[in-house]
This record gives sequence, C-alpha cells and structure tokens, in this order.
Amino acid sequence: MREALDHWDFVIAAYAVGLGGTLAMVGWSWLAMRRAEKRREEVRRK
Amino acid sequence: MHAFANPKRFLSLARWLTPLLLAGGLLLVTATSVYGLFYAPAERLQGDSVRILFIHVPTAWLGMGGWSAIAIASLVELVWRHPLAAIAARAAALPGAVFTAICLATGSLWGRPAWGTWWVWDGRLTSMLVLLFLYFGYMALAQAVTREGGSSRIPAIFGLVGVINIPIIHYSVLWWYSIHQPPSLSMGGSAMAPEFLYPLLLATLGFSLLFGGVVLARMRALLADIQAETRLRRKAMEAA
Repeated sequence: MREALDHWDFVIAAYAVGLGGTLAMVGWSWLAMRRAEKRREEVRRK
Repeated sequence: MHAFANPKRFLSLARWLTPLLLAGGLLLVTATSVYGLFYAPAERLQGDSVRILFIHVPTAWLGMGGWSAIAIASLVELVWRHPLAAIAARAAALPGAVFTAICLATGSLWGRPAWGTWWVWDGRLTSMLVLLFLYFGYMALAQAVTREGGSSRIPAIFGLVGVINIPIIHYSVLWWYSIHQPPSLSMGGSAMAPEFLYPLLLATLGFSLLFGGVVLARMRALLADIQAETRLRRKAMEAA
C-alpha cells in the first residue's frame, strides 16, 4: 500500500535547498570578489 | 575572443556585466519561483511535487553546462594559451558544483513522493553523483596547483578528460533501464504542457544569468588575488 505523503513538504524543502544554496553562493561570491578587489587596491596604494 | 585576453579589457566589461547578470538572474529566479510555488497547476500524475521541476531541471542543465564550460576553457587554455581561460575554468567550478549538488538534493526530494524512494543507483543518478565528485576533484586539483606552484595544464587536462561524463549523463536514461524519465525536451520539440514549459525556460534563463554572474565575480576575485600577489612579490624582490 502506498503511503500518503504530503507533497508540499517536499516542494518547500526543495525550494529552500535550491534557493537557499543559490543565494548563499551568489552572496559569498560577491563578497569574496569585493574583498579580493579591496585587497588589490590596498596593495597598490602601499 | 582574443580581444578579451587582456585582463584590463575583461575587467572593464566585467565591472558592469557582473551586477547586471546577478540582478537579472535574481529577478527571474524569484518570479519563476513564485509562479512555481503559487500559480503553477498540479500535474495529473505527479500532483504538487511537479513544482520542484522549476528548480531541479535548470540546476541539472547548469551542472552539466558548468563542466562543459570547464572543458571548453581548458581546451582554449591548452591550445591557444589564452591567459584568462584557466581563470574562467576555475571560476566555473564552484557554480557548477553547487548546481549539481542542488540538482541531486532536489531530485532526491522529488523522487520520494514521485517514485517512493530517495535514491536508486541507476545510470542517471549515479553519473550525476560522479559529476559532483569530478567537480570536487577539479577544485582540489586547481587549489593544489595554485598552492604548490604546479602547472595549470594539469587541471586543464582533468577538465578535458572529465567531459566524457556529460554524454553519459545525457544518454544514461536511453542506454540503460532507469527509474528516471527520458528527456521531455529536445531540439525536435517538447512533451511538456505550455504552463510548465515556458516558466521552465524562464527559470533556466534566470539560473543561467546567476551562473554567468557568479563566474564573472569569481574571475574578478581570482584575477585580483593574482594581481595583488604579483605586486607583493615584486615589492619583496625590489626590497631584497
């Protein structure tokens, strides 16, 4: 007999993983870029 | 293409293109996610779980697209010695790995209600997992080469060899018995209803813009690191 699963639990989990992972990657990449470019400018000024 | 071999020219383009791609991608992904969660109809057989399509399929395509980009950049690096090609290949590895991991996780979350199981060791799922391990291997190798000062041709060769997995992933559902459905979209047409097809194409465009924006941001970060290190080394030599 098939279990009665609430599909919405899986849908919400999938969107949380997908959007959360994507946003974390975008935010981390943006901050890493800003940090690296700031360091380059500091080295240039020295 | 060689016009952009100059890092200065590349940076002048990337400076305005990076935020544009990221903003456009965030807008499209948000819009298609709202559609997927609140407006897309439930599918006759799969019910509401079909909504996972708008995250799972674009990330699967971009997971494979990421490695294809690594292979092309590696070829350009090996054949034409394009100075930015190695940086582009390294920059594509992170979004490729993240999208592959998201594809596997969302596929598992879709598989449980649709197939009654989280995971099966069939051709499609296993070859996708192999792709994730290839990304990990590539990133570790590129990192080791940077740290130890080895030849950047080693990760480039790895990137080219690893591309053999891409047609295996694509054709796995046709070559072997699989619980995974065969492709619903091909160059010849689509088996999908328009209310799923067009939002899926828009979601793919949105995730692709984010992929492009992250690659540019990673390239700018890698380039800035190299330029800072070069300057510091030059100053240390002048002082000595």
